[in-house]
Order: sequence, then C-alpha cells, then structure tokens
Amino acid sequence: MTPAEPRVLHSDIASRTPGGHESYARDPRVPRSLTVLGAGPQTLVQDLGRPGHAHLGVPPSGALDAPSLKLANRLVGNPEDAAGLEVLLGGLVVRANASCTVAVTGPHTPARVNGVLRDSPFHLAAGDTLALGAPSGGLRAYVAVSGGVAVPEELGSRASDVLSGLGPAPLAEGDEVPLGEPAGVPVGVDVLVPTPAPDELVVPVLLGPRDDWFADAGGQLLGGRWTVSDRSNRVGIRLTGTSLERAPERVGRELASEGLVTGAVQVPPDGLPVVFLADHPTTGGYPVVGVVAERALPLLGQARPGTLLRFAPQG
Amino acid sequence: MRLRQCGTNAVLVEVDSLDEVEAVRAALASARLPDVVELVPAARTVLVSTRPGGLPAVREVLASADLAHRAATATEEVVIPVTYDGPDLELVAGAAGLTPAEVVELHTGAEYQVAFCGFAPGFAYLTGLPEPLRQPRLDSPRTRVPTGSVGVAGEFTAAYPRATPGGWRLIGRTDAPLFDPRRPTPALLAPGHRVRFEATP
Repeated sequence: MTPAEPRVLHSDIASRTPGGHESYARDPRVPRSLTVLGAGPQTLVQDLGRPGHAHLGVPPSGALDAPSLKLANRLVGNPEDAAGLEVLLGGLVVRANASCTVAVTGPHTPARVNGVLRDSPFHLAAGDTLALGAPSGGLRAYVAVSGGVAVPEELGSRASDVLSGLGPAPLAEGDEVPLGEPAGVPVGVDVLVPTPAPDELVVPVLLGPRDDWFADAGGQLLGGRWTVSDRSNRVGIRLTGTSLERAPERVGRELASEGLVTGAVQVPPDGLPVVFLADHPTTGGYPVVGVVAERALPLLGQARPGTLLRFAPQG
Repeated sequence: MRLRQCGTNAVLVEVDSLDEVEAVRAALASARLPDVVELVPAARTVLVSTRPGGLPAVREVLASADLAHRAATATEEVVIPVTYDGPDLELVAGAAGLTPAEVVELHTGAEYQVAFCGFAPGFAYLTGLPEPLRQPRLDSPRTRVPTGSVGVAGEFTAAYPRATPGGWRLIGRTDAPLFDPRRPTPALLAPGHRVRFEATP
C-alpha cells in the first residue's frame, strides 16, 4: 500500500445490510465516518475488550483507562461499551464527514475544532476538523463519537490488541473510520475532571498466587522503589529499580506456564517486576508475586515512563 | 488440589498432573457457573476468574470435584487433515529410529486431547503423542514458522494457527481453519476437544 492510497476500515454497517449490497440508512454518498488526517504516535480503536476467550489464547484487550472511555461514551449518548479511540500522546487529527457529537476524556488534553479550543462534549459538523494536542500529563486520551466506531467485531469486540494482532490496525493517515448510527442523547456537562497523572504512584497489590517463590514477598514489595520504564506498552508496565529476590529454594527453578490475570505482577529471573495490562499474554512461565487492585489499572495505563512507583502489599 | 489467591476475583487451582487439570476444567465447565469469566487450563493449573462475588460458587464446585474421574462432558472430535512433508520429518524419524512413513503412521494413529491453549490465539497444546515422537525442541528456533505447520515438542503436538517464531520440530502442514476471529466459533480447537490427524496425499 502506498501512503497516498486511502485505506478504508471496513464498516460492519454496510456488511449488515440485507442482500449484501453496500448501502447506508442515510444518503450513501455521505457515509458517517471520520477521515484520519494525522494519527499521532499511536491511535487505536478500543472498547471494553473481549474477556472470556483466554482459554483460546486470546487476551482481554480493551481500553487501558476504561473509566475514561465509559465517561466519553456517556457524554456523547453512546452505550458505555461502544468503541472509541485511544490516543497515545495526542497528535490525532480527523475530519468529520457527517454531523456528530464528540467527547475527549482522560488526562487534560487540548481539543481544537477548526483551530478553536473546545470543552467536551462538542459538536462537529460535516467538514469540521478536530485536532488533539499532547496531554499535559498521563499518556492516553479517549475520543468517543456519537454512534461509536463501527469497524467489525472480532470475538465480540472492536479492540485493537497489540499482542495478538486482533482488531483493526493502528490508525494511519488517510484511513476512513466508519461510525455507527447515534442511538442515545448526549449528556451535557459544565466541567470534566481529567484523569490525574501523579509523579508517583502507590499501587495496592494483593499477594499471590506465587508470593511463596520470594523471600518475604510483602516486605520486599513494601520496601522497594521502582520507575516506569520506557519499554512499557499495552501488554505491560515494565519497572526498573529494586530487584525482587527469590526464596533460596526457588533460585534457578522453573515454573510451568500458568494463566495470568490483568494486573498480575510477574517477576522474571532478573527480579524486575512487570505489571500486565489489557493486552497481556494469557499464560506466563514466571512467578506472579501479586495482583494489583483493579482500581489502580487506569492509573497504570496513564503512567508515563519515569513515573515513580511503590507497591502497597496486602495479604 | 491447592487454591492460590490471584487478585480479588480469581483463584489459581494447582494440581499434580494434566489429567487432574482436565478434571478440574471439566468439573467447572460443566457446572456452568454464571459468574465465571475465564477458565484457563495450563500444564499444572486452572485459572478461574469471575465477576465480583463469584468465587464462593467456584470453591463449592471444587470442593466436590473428583480429580480421579473426569466429568462426563460431551467432547467434540476434530479431524485435521495433514500433508506430512515438514522440514523436520527426517530429523524426527531419525531420532525415533523410524522411517518417515512410520512417523506418519504413529502421528495419525493416536487420539489426542486439547490440554490447553496459549502462545497465540488458537494455538492448542495436544496431549496423547506416542512416546517415540516426544522429542525436544530445535536447538535454534525458527524466526518464522508458516501458518498451518504441524509440529511436535516434548509431550505435545500442535498446529500453528498463524506464522510466528517457533522451535517445534515440524512434520507437516494443514489447511484446516485453525483460527478465524470473524467466525462465530473462532478457534477450531478448545480445551477438552479430542483430535485426530489424517494424512492427505
């Protein structure tokens, strides 16, 4: 594919039409869609993911900061589980090809419509251009559009999974992003509270299932100090800092691969923990010392490289 | 059977053998608990994750599970057609002290069961591999194993649902649709399924 060639993300609205002919409820010459003029460092389609398929080797995936995506969807009148865009470090520029309502949530992120700063939610007329600046802190902004992003589902979800390759590819300049028909009424608000992006995170972690592989796991987690590495992504947060020591009888031992949950704190032989996020592998062969509390996951999804991190272990 | 805490809403059930893993998986699957979200068998464990409040029902089923006898679940049999012309067929035959034709006969003659999936969507680890075909991985893994490759490694045999790096000894290839995310049943093979291989000319 040459860069000049526009790539159309297949719409399941057209494919759902009886008879198999491509047509739209509205004037077919004016499809509900966005045209991507700039995708920034990484923009992905995300919804609440596809949990329930781990036994087939399929990661849950879905928005890392799920409360922000749900909020954005409510603001534009979508069901909370509609697909939106997860925009890493801003830079997304889209042109609306139909009238739609848009909300941008997550960390504080400047949103300009035809160059003018707007507070979410706001309206786009056909032809309007929306541009997102870089967030002042954090990593990922969420863009919901009335009707939702209507790419076809794979295993019940439209989420892009960077580990398994399920779902649509990251957005690229020239892509047409299909939108569904709006079904609900946008909710008006005066002020949106952005997701906080603290310089230091204290992450509650419940010990187990393999805390017995470590000498005084709770004490080591409580006393350690870490920094979020720039090798982190949607699969997991890699940490640098305190190396966790195995119990003497476990040194050099191997663990048969076993199922992983989102939030699992896995410890490879170098002792530097990895906290698994939504696109995590379904099984892993290194011991999991603990699992972070679910309420901490959105903040981890927003943690920039360099963020300081401590654990607050619980039995 | 040992239960290990795995966050607020999951438990890792640890047992002593693949047979016990299948017994635990089958007991929980046949109980059809409404709040179970994931049921992930592996080599010596079954991970069960639930919606909030779902774990007590899981513990109840586990308390009455009989690890010595598998729950009688209707298991699907899948037949996978294979062209036995893999790049490691001679290597596997040599290591087993057999001819390539005898390797094919052994591989197609056995009945397998999906013990667990992992590594990639739809990648199923099949047990039941005849002893002479239980061979180590390649010393140096391939950077790209083509989609549909059929291989052996240790006590397992498997077919690659997509092109990935891999170190299994490859004895053949299949056109079977192993994984297609757009299908209502995306994975051809799921834990508990019985599998046979059939040689195609």
